[in-house]
Amino acid sequence: MAARRKKTKPELLVTGAAGALAQQVIARLREKYKVIAVDFREQVYLGDDVPSYRIDVNKRGFEDIFRKHNITGVIHLGRMIASEENRMRRYNSNVLGSHRLLDLCHKYHIHKVIILSTYHVYGANAYNPALIDEGAPLKAAELTMDLIDSVELENLANIYLWKYPDLNITVLRPCNIVGPDVRNTMSLLLSSKYCPVLAGFSPMMQFIHIEDMADAIVAVIKSQGHRGIYNVATEDWVAYQEALDRCDCVKIPVWSIPPIAPRLISNMLQLKSFPPYLLNYFKYPVIIDGQLFRSTFGFTPKYSLDEIFSYYRNLKG
Amino acid sequence: MKLRPLLRRIFVSEELERQYTNIAKPVGTLGYDPWGLNVDTNIVAMALFKPIFEKYFRVETHGIENIPASGPALIVANHSGQLPIDGVLIAYALATRKDSPRIPRAMIERFFPTVPYIGNLLNQMGAVLGDPVNCAKMLGREEAIIVFPEGVRGSGKLYRDRYQLKRFGNGFMHLAMQHNAPIIPVGVVGCEETIPAIANIAPLAKMLGIPYAPIAVPFIFPAKVILNFGQPLHFEPGEITEDEVTKRVDKVKTEVSRLIDKGLHERKRVF
Repeated sequence: MAARRKKTKPELLVTGAAGALAQQVIARLREKYKVIAVDFREQVYLGDDVPSYRIDVNKRGFEDIFRKHNITGVIHLGRMIASEENRMRRYNSNVLGSHRLLDLCHKYHIHKVIILSTYHVYGANAYNPALIDEGAPLKAAELTMDLIDSVELENLANIYLWKYPDLNITVLRPCNIVGPDVRNTMSLLLSSKYCPVLAGFSPMMQFIHIEDMADAIVAVIKSQGHRGIYNVATEDWVAYQEALDRCDCVKIPVWSIPPIAPRLISNMLQLKSFPPYLLNYFKYPVIIDGQLFRSTFGFTPKYSLDEIFSYYRNLKG
Repeated sequence: MKLRPLLRRIFVSEELERQYTNIAKPVGTLGYDPWGLNVDTNIVAMALFKPIFEKYFRVETHGIENIPASGPALIVANHSGQLPIDGVLIAYALATRKDSPRIPRAMIERFFPTVPYIGNLLNQMGAVLGDPVNCAKMLGREEAIIVFPEGVRGSGKLYRDRYQLKRFGNGFMHLAMQHNAPIIPVGVVGCEETIPAIANIAPLAKMLGIPYAPIAVPFIFPAKVILNFGQPLHFEPGEITEDEVTKRVDKVKTEVSRLIDKGLHERKRVF
């Protein structure tokens, strides 16, 4: 009897399961955990041992997943990025959806929740210091309405973090996640042959390989404790335009002054990889300090910047 | 071949390369640090600045050995001359000193990051946005930082006010105490005469969003520059009132003033 009980794996719910990062995380966890995969975009098949659902968190039926499974931990990676859908849908999904998910986590006594946020919440402005730590104010919302859902999600996570400490919430704010199959703005840019740059501006940037990010999430799950907010970044930096050079991208300078000029150009061309609301991130640096995460979780990234950029170089043949 | 490595090959002497290799630089794998310093740009700038330092301004330095070989340090100087030439001269003097050279970081005005090309270039050369968080983080990483506590009050002062110290901010003292960093006072003589300004068109400066709009000859005069570095000043860390902090700041200001007077006495002629 004791032997049978020993074999039961703890169950983890992973949202955004159709995404590249979630699949890397699931691949690392499936041996020791029973993973339940959820995505609102598609039902992904990840093997017979991984129950998979296509459902929106806001739908009533979502709660049935908690009823059917004995979930002990939730990894919430299912965040619509700013280039997806419109503001209202993103707000519904990222803020209201996360609110519901956290309520269910409380109702079903989940004791570990990881929420994937983004370094974008700090906002890009000319007066940013470098090595921003987790206590810095979140200024993204003052830049653009398009990032409000990201900041609101953080506020929500903070409320639950203090209201329900037993949920053991860990919020991760990674720098630019890049690498194979990643389809965010930065990865799309580095994959492109031609990349816009704001003339005269080449802000410092940080990049983390998708496999390192997956390892970071797994490190949090394995540690169990350490609730709180953590930046996730490597201790290596590069200027944006040099990153493009190293990925063999051809730089297309965009007129940068007055600030309205690049905004108009971006709006006119409707570039998915150079959206108007992210323009400031191509102008001013947002360099985060990942020291707290690295020391708390004993995390050491494996991929160097050169290895990251060589993947994009090879893509271009 | 990329531009920066090419410029490095053309302009940087073997001797400078050797010297530069021995300087500790907390940079990442691609030669950048979090504030944007780039080793290629930094060394090319040093190479290009050599004749300006030695031949144009004929800089004389005294007491540069007072800056510790390692560990956090605040190099506190008087500011003058409209452009941050004084910061560059102090940085060059320290980066090329014979024993234990260091690459100090100069804090720059807050409008520079908004200026295309110039902002990035200054960062790559080692300048950093003047922000207390930046300063604290760099002291935590054991860097030497050049601070001008007068800020734009000093750099924008008119020729008639030359060598009169303006109000010192207290921020640098708080940081020195928090990080137990010695303060090395510096008296800069000569930069006041590089771009003498007779007036400041404040409304124009406001309209352009710049700290000041001086009326001056658009030329940098080859004034002889003397840099006098004082003995390190140590201030006990601990909770003290702002009045006590101001008293400590005044102590530094008095020392900077003494070093300026020393430089003025040493100077034989302005040019």
